[in-house]
Order: sequence, then C-alpha cells, then structure tokens
Amino acid sequence: MKIQKKTIRFLAMSTYGAFLLASFLLGFSPGKQIGYNFFSFSIEMLKILPCAFILIGLFEVWVKKEKVEKHLGPESGFVGYVWVILLAGTTVGGLYVAFPVAYSLYNKGAKLSVIFTYIGAAGICRIPMTIFEASFMGLRFSFIRLMVSIPLVLVSSIWLGNYLEKRNYKIMAGK
Amino acid sequence: MYYLCIATGLSVLISAILDRKKTATALKIAWKKFIAILPAFLTMLILVSIILFLIPDTMISQYLGNESRFIGIVFASSFGSITLMPGFVAYPLCGILLKKGVSYMVLAAFTTTLMMVGILTYPVEKEYFGVKVTIIRNLISFCMALLIALVIGFFFGEL
Repeated sequence: MKIQKKTIRFLAMSTYGAFLLASFLLGFSPGKQIGYNFFSFSIEMLKILPCAFILIGLFEVWVKKEKVEKHLGPESGFVGYVWVILLAGTTVGGLYVAFPVAYSLYNKGAKLSVIFTYIGAAGICRIPMTIFEASFMGLRFSFIRLMVSIPLVLVSSIWLGNYLEKRNYKIMAGK
Repeated sequence: MYYLCIATGLSVLISAILDRKKTATALKIAWKKFIAILPAFLTMLILVSIILFLIPDTMISQYLGNESRFIGIVFASSFGSITLMPGFVAYPLCGILLKKGVSYMVLAAFTTTLMMVGILTYPVEKEYFGVKVTIIRNLISFCMALLIALVIGFFFGEL
C-alpha cells in the first residue's frame, strides 16, 4: 500500500517534470508560466526553509522537554499562550514554516491548544508581515484586524485543543 | 530575510562553541526532518504552480471588484483559501485594489483566508497533524476569516 502510494507520487512528479521540460523545449507558454511559478516559489521557500529547519534542529537538542512542558504544557496557564503568540510574531514565511515548528513544540510537550494558537498566530500576526500590511492598508486596518483576530484565534484554539484532548486525541502524523 | 540567516548562523556558531557534538546532532536532525517532509513540499509547490496559472492576479482583481460586496466576499474568501501568496505580493496587490475602490471588508476576507486557510498547504499540514485536525483547523479558520471581514466592514462603515 505504502509502496503503491510512493509509486503514484513518483509517476505524477515525473510527468509534471516532463511536461515542464517539453513546454520549455517546444515553447508552450502555459507550461512555461507554470514552470516559472514553480521556480519562483521554490526559491522563495529555499530562502527560508533551511534556516527554519536548522533552528528546529537546535531547538530539539538544546531545549529540554521539562522546560517546554512547564511553560507550554497542560499546567502552563495563560502565560503559555502569550509566549507562543510572541514566538509566532517572529516567525517568517507562512503556515508552511509554522507546521514543522508547531510539531516540534508538540513533541516536546506543548499542549494542543497552545500549538493551535501558535499556528493561528503565525498566520495573522507575524510582525514583519503586519508592518508591510499596515503600509499598504493603513494602520487602522491592521489594528482592527489584530484586535479581532487574536482573541478569535485564542478562543477557537482553546476550544479545539480541549475538544481533542477530552477525546484523548493524539496527533498522528500523516494519518 | 537576511536577519533570519544571520540569526541562524549566530545560533549555530554559539551552539558549536558550547557543544560541538550537540550541534552536529542538531544539524543531522534538521537535515533528516527536511528530507522527510520534502515530498510533501514538492507536492505543494506543484499544486501552487498550477493554481497560480489557473487563477492569475488579474483574475483575482477582477472578481474582488465585484459590485455586490457579498459576492465580492465569496470570491475573496475562495481565492484566499485556494491560492498561496507571499505577503510582499499580496499586500501591494491589495493596495492597488483599495485605490480602485474595492472595500476593506472584501480585502480583509482575501488576506485573512490567504494567511490562515491553506488548501494548497494541505499536503504539508496533513503530514504533521493528520487529516482530521487539518480539516477542522482549516474550517475554523475560514469561518474566523469571514467574521474578521465582517467586523472590519462594520468599523469601516461598509456594512
């Protein structure tokens, strides 16, 4: 079953690669556009991902589980949420960077509601992004957006976290 | 983006001074994790490249500027959920649309779903948190984005 899935994925990716190659050779412009999109996005991510994963690696070796448990675990209380919102504020990239970080936090003992808060906050209140937003949309827009979305993220994350924890839900990667 | 590289470089340096072995382990972990998630990232990049071709910026501008704000919000939140754009592309686009007279409410629906709802990041998110959590989180985020758009609309007197 697993091998089959891998084969399908491999076939799909090679077809895609062949399509791009053929498009560039034959000058098929939709294919060229898709290829351009692919490369520009890949470069964008390659600027961020290696650094993000190195930092995750350092986090895994240096930060003790007890420490994460104490500050972000089941007994952490409200301050835990403040910590992850601040951490999310400094996150760069987008959700795709937040997922691996959140996963590492979870494995080190952070509770579910805290990691959902982190993911949500990484979406809405990254500091560099918000500054950029304010310069195009105006301060008032950014301010209202943050004031509304942070409480919403908190409430929904706490609800979802508690809901899943009550059902003894364990996060299972890939399932 | 430079400050991220500088911060990472400094962290590795300090870590190496404190403990070489641990640093080597950290880099190994980083590499392993990166390779493990790479296929999911590739899938996502392929989807992004195709979707961005099918839904170009010009099309988004056209639909967001719809006269009916309600229809505008429907399109904005759908596009925002489906596509993936870095902030430095999305906000200038929104700035242009704003000058063209598109309402704050519609743009809020667009940017918020863009940031919080990820149909294209599904392959990556699922790999870490599983299908169930991924779907619930995205649904909640979608509703939240609509609510945020409405509040923005209220404060800007667009309702």
